[in-house]
Amino acid sequence: MKHLLSIDQLSREEIESILDRAESFAEVGRRDIKKVPTLRGRTVVSLFYESSTRTSSSFDLAAKRLSADLVSVKAAGSSVEKGESLKDTVATLSAYDPAAIVIRHPYAGAAQMVAGWTAASVVNAGDGKHEHPSQALLDVYTLRRRLGSLEGTRIWIVGDVLHSRVARSNLIAFAKMGAEVTVCGPPTLIPRGIEELGCDVSYSLDGIGEAEVVYALRMQKERMSESFVPSLREYAACFQVDSRRLHPRQLLMHPGPVNRGVELSGEAIDSPQSLIAEQVAAGLVVRMAILYELLAGGDAAPSAEGEGSRPTPIGTPA
Amino acid sequence: MSAQGELPTSSLRDQLDVRPGEAAHLVLRRATVLDPVAGIDSVHDVVVREGRIAALASPGEADTEGAEVVEAEGLHAFPAFFDPHVHLRTPGHEHKEDVGTGTRAAAAGGYCGILAMANTEPPVSTAADISALREQARAGASVPVGFLATVTKDMAGEELTEMVELREAGAIGFSDDGLPLTDAGVMRRALQYQHLCGGNIALHEEDPRLSMAGAMHEGPVSAVLGIGGIPSVSETTMVARDCALAAHERARIHVQHLSAAESVEIVRAAKAAGVQVSAEASPHHLCLTDEEVRTLDPHRFKMNPPIREERDRQALIEGLRDGSVECIATDHAPHQPEEKDVPFEQAAFGVTGLETGFAALHTELVLPGVIDLGLLVERMAGGAEPFDLPRPTLAPGAEANVALCDLGAEWTVGEDGYESRSANSWCAGRTLTGRVLMTVAAGQVAYRLRTFSLGVAA
Repeated sequence: MKHLLSIDQLSREEIESILDRAESFAEVGRRDIKKVPTLRGRTVVSLFYESSTRTSSSFDLAAKRLSADLVSVKAAGSSVEKGESLKDTVATLSAYDPAAIVIRHPYAGAAQMVAGWTAASVVNAGDGKHEHPSQALLDVYTLRRRLGSLEGTRIWIVGDVLHSRVARSNLIAFAKMGAEVTVCGPPTLIPRGIEELGCDVSYSLDGIGEAEVVYALRMQKERMSESFVPSLREYAACFQVDSRRLHPRQLLMHPGPVNRGVELSGEAIDSPQSLIAEQVAAGLVVRMAILYELLAGGDAAPSAEGEGSRPTPIGTPA
Repeated sequence: MSAQGELPTSSLRDQLDVRPGEAAHLVLRRATVLDPVAGIDSVHDVVVREGRIAALASPGEADTEGAEVVEAEGLHAFPAFFDPHVHLRTPGHEHKEDVGTGTRAAAAGGYCGILAMANTEPPVSTAADISALREQARAGASVPVGFLATVTKDMAGEELTEMVELREAGAIGFSDDGLPLTDAGVMRRALQYQHLCGGNIALHEEDPRLSMAGAMHEGPVSAVLGIGGIPSVSETTMVARDCALAAHERARIHVQHLSAAESVEIVRAAKAAGVQVSAEASPHHLCLTDEEVRTLDPHRFKMNPPIREERDRQALIEGLRDGSVECIATDHAPHQPEEKDVPFEQAAFGVTGLETGFAALHTELVLPGVIDLGLLVERMAGGAEPFDLPRPTLAPGAEANVALCDLGAEWTVGEDGYESRSANSWCAGRTLTGRVLMTVAAGQVAYRLRTFSLGVAA
């Protein structure tokens, strides 16, 4: 695998193999020295055109844990602000001969275009409202650890599906892993034709009792002014996941950052059934596994079969 | 203005502007001549003398004295095509296209006449703008060009332009194309005023409040890609509004680049009710669907209106067949790479089409048997009449407007570059079957394919 541009490009087996790798990195993470020499001498560029805390910090840390040299470029304060085109910025950064470029961009297809302009491996860290494959992988990883398998699991994705790349990538990933997905939200925020992706659609939370996992999406405040919903108050009244609607056996997820009191109530966030902190922890090891897969995984055969199943190069501390 | 009896006497040269050149004196020997409107479908020597179709002689028997002889056995001679919807980008965006390059592209596509849209920078809104453009066309246009003026001042959608003076200066008609006329009151005034100034009004039908920030057709594909959708109703509601207004004012409209099945249905119903409405469809809407957008390639697949679903494409084809859509128009919209080498949503709308219109439709619709060749030829030249211009014809006596084509020639689009200054062809990289070898426009040889003029082809 040269690039990670969409979750759609991965087969179930490829997803499993990346997640197995992530498990082994989780083990490394429990050691005192958490760094491995796998990518020593290689360069990873992280290029973020949108603000991000979780994704950018975890990719950066993942690259460092793998001993890569890291160049982090944020749109604010860079030549992007001076009007440089994406193509020219990529050409400039490619001059450093990076092994990988991790890109977040506000428009669909940006990562795919970048892949056409550089010799580096490209990781899509979110392109517009299109895809966010590393988020989907870390969410599958989190659920797999809890449930063992997603086969037959009922998952409800609740909220602003229309504007959510997380919803799209997760829907695809969950379905690939055998889960049954329902998307739920006000009709104005459910894209026409989303059923194509193989999910059910519900415009109310009434049936949420059937879900084993409730995945809430962030509700952005600017949607009010565009009259997608009349008010946050009405949105919360209809779609907030709270302890009244959530029963104790259901698992709760959210990609962050959360608007407390809008899509989730405070007590739901802090309840033991919430996996939100586990998702963040999973982000680091899954992103390590992605970089490993793209930059070191090609020739090194996955060592999952047979005994201990530990990839060879990550044993020794750097 | 209108054709008198059987012998067409009016000519594109009288009403449009073209660089003067030598009147053609040619014999296209043993060409298969197909002009469905004139009822011609047989092999002839086509004799062009002093810029007119002098005769359709029996094959091999024309008097060739003093004429250039073109061996056309196995080749097809059609009435050259007419495109009522072209963006020449002049003034203001000459880095994308100008009158010279745009008309060369038209000639290479087999067109003998085009109409240029007015959404330039500044927009074509005054008599002086029209006069300046006509002068440029007389200096450098390979095929006759007519210029439309905007309906509203600066295309702001608020006040009408001085439409009488614009017509006197030579504006063929009016259009704010690129933008819809959102204000129904302004639209109604323009239709009322048409009774004074004449000239058809060509309409880009779109409700911006329904399109929002959409960049492609709204449907399952946009849902999957997470790209804002332009719903079909954005077009259909406006087509319905304007057909109703045209009926009410007994005025005439031309609906541009139809894209949605429901819009075709409305035009069909309006025509049946006697409304004076004409309509065009573009080759890309007739050949492509939104499935192509899955590639996220803005160079070839981002345009407005967007390519829609298979049912819409089929409805447009049905419209061509039953005449609800009387003409094919390319909406040739040149852009430079920096406006297209960006993510899909950020890219400029529009694709070029003049050089590939006939070949693409021949490849995609005629060869698979979806429509027949005669219908394609008829619709390719159908864009003149809605603007009171004479339909190109091969009937003897007519001004010579001929597209000579090799229907068996295969070529890969873009391989040898483009006549257009821009390369954002929706056909880029496709292999098409059928190629224009030579174009005679307004009695002048406007184009020869280089390999053909060297005698390599055919």
